[in-house]
Amino acid sequence: MIEARGLARTFKTRTGTVEAVRGIDLDVTAGEIVGLLGPNGAGKTTTQRMLATLLVPTAGEATVAGCDLRRDPIGVRRQLGYVSQSGGTNPACKVDEELTTQAELYGVSRADARERAKALRETLDLADLGDRLIKSLSGGQRRRLDIALGLVHAPKLVFLDEPSTGLDPHSRANLWTHIRNLRDRMKTTILLTTHYLDEADALCDRILIIDHGKIVATGTPEELKRRISGDLVTFDVDDAVKATEVLRARPEARDVTPVERGLRVTVDKGEEQALPLMRALDAAGVKVGALQIAHPSLDDVFLTLTGRSLRDDAPPP
Amino acid sequence: MTWQLHLATLTPTPRLEVPMLRDTMIIFRYQMRLLLREPVWIIIVMIQPLLYLALFAPLLEPIAKTKGFPPGDAWQVFVPGLLIQLGIFGSMFVGFGIIAEIRFGTIERMRVSPASRLGLLMGRILRDTLVLLVQATLLTLIAVVFGLRMPVLGAIITIAIVGLLGVSLSSLSYAAGLWLKSEDALAPLLNMVSVPVLLLSGILLPMTLAPGWLRHLAQANPFSHVVDGSRAAFRGDYGDSAVVIGLVAAGALAVLGLWVANRTFQRESA
Repeated sequence: MIEARGLARTFKTRTGTVEAVRGIDLDVTAGEIVGLLGPNGAGKTTTQRMLATLLVPTAGEATVAGCDLRRDPIGVRRQLGYVSQSGGTNPACKVDEELTTQAELYGVSRADARERAKALRETLDLADLGDRLIKSLSGGQRRRLDIALGLVHAPKLVFLDEPSTGLDPHSRANLWTHIRNLRDRMKTTILLTTHYLDEADALCDRILIIDHGKIVATGTPEELKRRISGDLVTFDVDDAVKATEVLRARPEARDVTPVERGLRVTVDKGEEQALPLMRALDAAGVKVGALQIAHPSLDDVFLTLTGRSLRDDAPPP
Repeated sequence: MTWQLHLATLTPTPRLEVPMLRDTMIIFRYQMRLLLREPVWIIIVMIQPLLYLALFAPLLEPIAKTKGFPPGDAWQVFVPGLLIQLGIFGSMFVGFGIIAEIRFGTIERMRVSPASRLGLLMGRILRDTLVLLVQATLLTLIAVVFGLRMPVLGAIITIAIVGLLGVSLSSLSYAAGLWLKSEDALAPLLNMVSVPVLLLSGILLPMTLAPGWLRHLAQANPFSHVVDGSRAAFRGDYGDSAVVIGLVAAGALAVLGLWVANRTFQRESA
């Protein structure tokens, strides 16, 4: 659905040239939800805007929904739905005015546009709001309208830029359900950007971690977490010395370290490997009081990869 | 369940008409609906010229007898100037609207569709020009109540010139708004441009009263030719070359404005 090679973009500012994106390779297959995860200023939005024909890349090539980005931008626009971070509605407009106008801009007849507006309102929980002024909508409703506006032409591919920023937890969870439905029921391919770990974790089949305009890691949320740090298994034991001896003999247990009331070991797959380790401790006569498996968060992954926390919203140097 | 049902209705429709004109009309309807929701603004823009008509025009009666005042009575000289002023000031602030639209994100949302760039722009310019034509017609009719007498054809020519000015200045204002993207930068720019244009066009007082150097300076201002042409049309003096020159100047300004605005809007970052 998307195939990009060496995509790059530099901006000229008063203080000099900023390399926002420095050579990104990206592949998205049909039906995937792929997330671009990274801190603010990492180049997520710039990458998306290039793929959406809103910015011309300084270097690189890409095919989006079967159309060449440089040679056939109109073809890309026909196939693609794009929902920007700040949305795109006029508060003085009515919901259906925006929806039908946008559908008409995609070449849909006026009667058809009204049908689509109605259908989209129904699917996105906006059913009775067609005649409402946009300024009277709640944050969650407005965000769903932004998404509806990106879907008026039933695109095969949808870009969502920071879909849940600024929403309360309830609206957020609701929005995630809608995004999942989009893929599960309409077979839409989705490329989203986020700087929220929980969002990437909850929605994405695959994550591309992006930092300073480069992709630093790719994988499923689980793969990434496992590849970088492994799982942490903590045993509460009565005899820490003996337990250490037992665990150090096991090849799968890495970094055996004593902690309060017990030991912590790092293993590749916590759920599979914790029990055999516990049995080994048991067989050696060590009493295990409790067992705890902790998965690293994507923040740990990011920290390991870049040496910085994802929560630092500092602009790149 | 509902999704499947909707899929059936969501089939792409082929485009039949000229896409640019079609997109122009879509945007024109969209913008008109928004404008008609707050029609009070159309009236507010007219208050200023009405005040000029009521409070400034009477001052011209004695001046009309001065040596050097152009032919025609005070009203025939003053009202065309007022119409041109409406054309300039009624259109040059539309750039603020497009900055608001950039902020709302509606411009970007429309630009990501396959719609014609020129169409997105023309729909807005068409609305601005239509509003201006309505205002100019109303102002002329009100001036008749005040005492203006002019040939109908002359008034139609002048209002056509005002329409062309509207196309030109709303285009240039959109280009400036797209370029600056900030109200704080657009306001001083508009002031900087509008005051000399106004003073050197003979809108308020005819340039025939001006000393030689000022008159020569005004010659370089296309708007002064537009004003001269409108005044000749209002006197019914259609044989005067000023009428043709005025129409050509207004037409050239419209083409220039559209060209600049189209180029700005095609640019990726606009």
